[in-house]
Amino acid sequence: MSAQIDLGEFRKEVREFLREKLPVRISNKVRSGLRMSKADYEEWHAILNEKGWLAVNWPIEFGGTGWTAHQRFIFEDEMCAAHAPRIVPFGLMMLGPVLQKFGSQAQRDRFLPRILNGDDWWCQGYSEPGAGSDLASLKTRAVRDGDHYVVNGQKTWTTLGQHANWIFCLVRTDTEVKPQAGISFMLIDMASPGVEIRPIRLLDGEAEVNEVFFDDVRVPVENLVGEENQGWTYAKYLLTHERTNIAGTGFAKAGLDAVKRIAGQEMAGGKPLAANPLFAARLAQVEIDLMAMETTNLRVIAQVAAGQAPGVESSMLKIKGTELRQQINDLTRRAVGPYAIPFVSEALDEGSNAQAIGPDYAAPVAAQYFNNRKLTIYGGSNEVQRTIIAKQVLDL
Amino acid sequence: MLRDTLRRFLSDVYSDEQRNVSLATEHGMSREIWLQLAELGVVHALFAEHVGGLGGHGYDIATVFEEIGRAGVVEPLLENAILAGGLIADLGTDDQRAVLDAVMSGGHQLAFAHGEPHSRYEMSRVSTAAKAVGQGIVLNGRKAVVSNGEAAQTLVVSARTAGEDDAEDGISLFLIPADAPGLSTREYPKIDGGFACEIDLHDVKVPDDALLGRSGDAFPAIEARMSMAIAAVSAEALGAMETARQLTVDYLRTRTQFGRPIGKFQVLQHRMADMLIEIEQARSAVLNLAAALDKPRDVRERNASATKNLIGRVGRLVAEECIQMHGGIGMTQEYSLAHFARRLVMVDHEFGDTDHHLERFIALSQARG
Repeated sequence: MSAQIDLGEFRKEVREFLREKLPVRISNKVRSGLRMSKADYEEWHAILNEKGWLAVNWPIEFGGTGWTAHQRFIFEDEMCAAHAPRIVPFGLMMLGPVLQKFGSQAQRDRFLPRILNGDDWWCQGYSEPGAGSDLASLKTRAVRDGDHYVVNGQKTWTTLGQHANWIFCLVRTDTEVKPQAGISFMLIDMASPGVEIRPIRLLDGEAEVNEVFFDDVRVPVENLVGEENQGWTYAKYLLTHERTNIAGTGFAKAGLDAVKRIAGQEMAGGKPLAANPLFAARLAQVEIDLMAMETTNLRVIAQVAAGQAPGVESSMLKIKGTELRQQINDLTRRAVGPYAIPFVSEALDEGSNAQAIGPDYAAPVAAQYFNNRKLTIYGGSNEVQRTIIAKQVLDL
Repeated sequence: MLRDTLRRFLSDVYSDEQRNVSLATEHGMSREIWLQLAELGVVHALFAEHVGGLGGHGYDIATVFEEIGRAGVVEPLLENAILAGGLIADLGTDDQRAVLDAVMSGGHQLAFAHGEPHSRYEMSRVSTAAKAVGQGIVLNGRKAVVSNGEAAQTLVVSARTAGEDDAEDGISLFLIPADAPGLSTREYPKIDGGFACEIDLHDVKVPDDALLGRSGDAFPAIEARMSMAIAAVSAEALGAMETARQLTVDYLRTRTQFGRPIGKFQVLQHRMADMLIEIEQARSAVLNLAAALDKPRDVRERNASATKNLIGRVGRLVAEECIQMHGGIGMTQEYSLAHFARRLVMVDHEFGDTDHHLERFIALSQARG
């Protein structure tokens, strides 16, 4: 299949589309590191959906692109280079594939179209205060009561949950068996009585994650996905399914371009910082690593094309990709010198009257550096990923 | 003695809540805390005896600022006592030094306006111009990221009276009241606590006796004070590292995953052990610089760059590792670690970063032969 696709032509087509359809207002916000609103994401999703390019990892039969892993890689690469907002992953990348594989026909018919047309905004209810790296120890309880489950407990680190009207959750339905065997995958309407959401402010001052509380929340049994107590299998499927873009190569390349531009403008000792041998060496080191990582990423994609499902490779890509992106954030912070210190939060709002203090590009960089410390923590911390590699590849 | 008193005082009163109160107050400082620190003699300890202080030597600086860093104090001790106040003590006439009594007792705020939008970390790059005009001097230019600038009643401002933009010769210092006509400020919060401002000087006219020290000859004094400031923020970073380390060790002991405290996992034990080794390196670097502050210029400056380079590296390591080992909770605003992690990283943006001081250390070492 992939042999018949002219990837060069495909890249041109994507680039052309982005040039024509990506609103300049939105790409400027992404480029400048301004806060994205719910409406911004929805506007961009609608544009992609109209083109049929929103569900990049769904099969055509469900309204997806049916793209190969290599096409998805090129698409993300071009999206990042054009400063397009990321596709919000919860409904599209995470829940969609689970419903397609394990959901009932009724669930697919009900939810998949609403994900595509933007009627629903999904968030993820996995982590709990006591269940982070050890996700299987989760305690949120769902007890069957007639044609409902009654859910009690708490989820946390729920990214963009403040925008969501639905949450997919891992809940405990059996406490008598080993932890992994008593977990179910459940869809919960956030408007249900007993659901409460509270923002968590992070060290960059932003509130993009939340706590979600469930107090005797009644969930219709038809919102159970697949079989009761099989949720861990579905969650694991989601963790390895089509994760060939987990390295964030496109984000890293766009970030490296940005720091190069900044280093060309910042002056150090009467010369551009880019000409400073130490800084130039640091940039070069990251670029060399990134060149190799892109090829590693493409090698994994080639394996997928040859019919091998990516498994532990996604752990390798996650570790290398997130650490490289953090290095780029670190260099960007350092590049702007003393102007990394001022932090005028309002200056990151679109149309704000608050001027940036130093050069425009300096305004968000310290906050972005701190914010992206999350990259090595979330989605299975890098420590957890290393353990996966040690056990599953090295057989230690 | 002072260390014990200060540590006890700060552990009693300077909680996370107190820091948040300070940051939410005008200019990001609590007047009450400031006066209490002054009453304890903390400001006095940082001034030399000949100007009415109690010391002001390297070990005084290291001792006070380690405690300041341990508690995460955001009040402007560095700006008042080490930088602006220190320059007045070093260069001022008796009349000019008269303000220091009020500074030491907490009744007068100072700031040092030196950095400019394009000076980055170069101490000698000063474009703000001071020109003699009839009876007095007129200043024009812009000063960048002036810590405590808006709160200050008096500013110590560097300006060029002769020479090229980056020449060491030709830099002069002036004492300027904050309400001088033509001087305008724009205040903003710093990401790691406290406030700074941009200062525009537009035909600011001062009398001849506003000159602090000899005309065109301020660079050696600025350089010496910058090394003291590096000693101060390095000691502050050391204190912050100790707090961050303690928070993390406590967390590793209590956070349970996979049926045991995560501190039982060898991978985290080893990383914690590495961090401990690096923090001890930081402590030694602070001691090296504290001892070198009274030494001849070449010894002092080489140590200042060595220390700031090491502190920059270790500060980042400690901040990043402590966040990572905490996981999500380490990224939350309301948890103590957030303040210390931000401060540890941002110290690298003050008085020259890791790379700046690596290059400077090489240059100073080569010049020594």
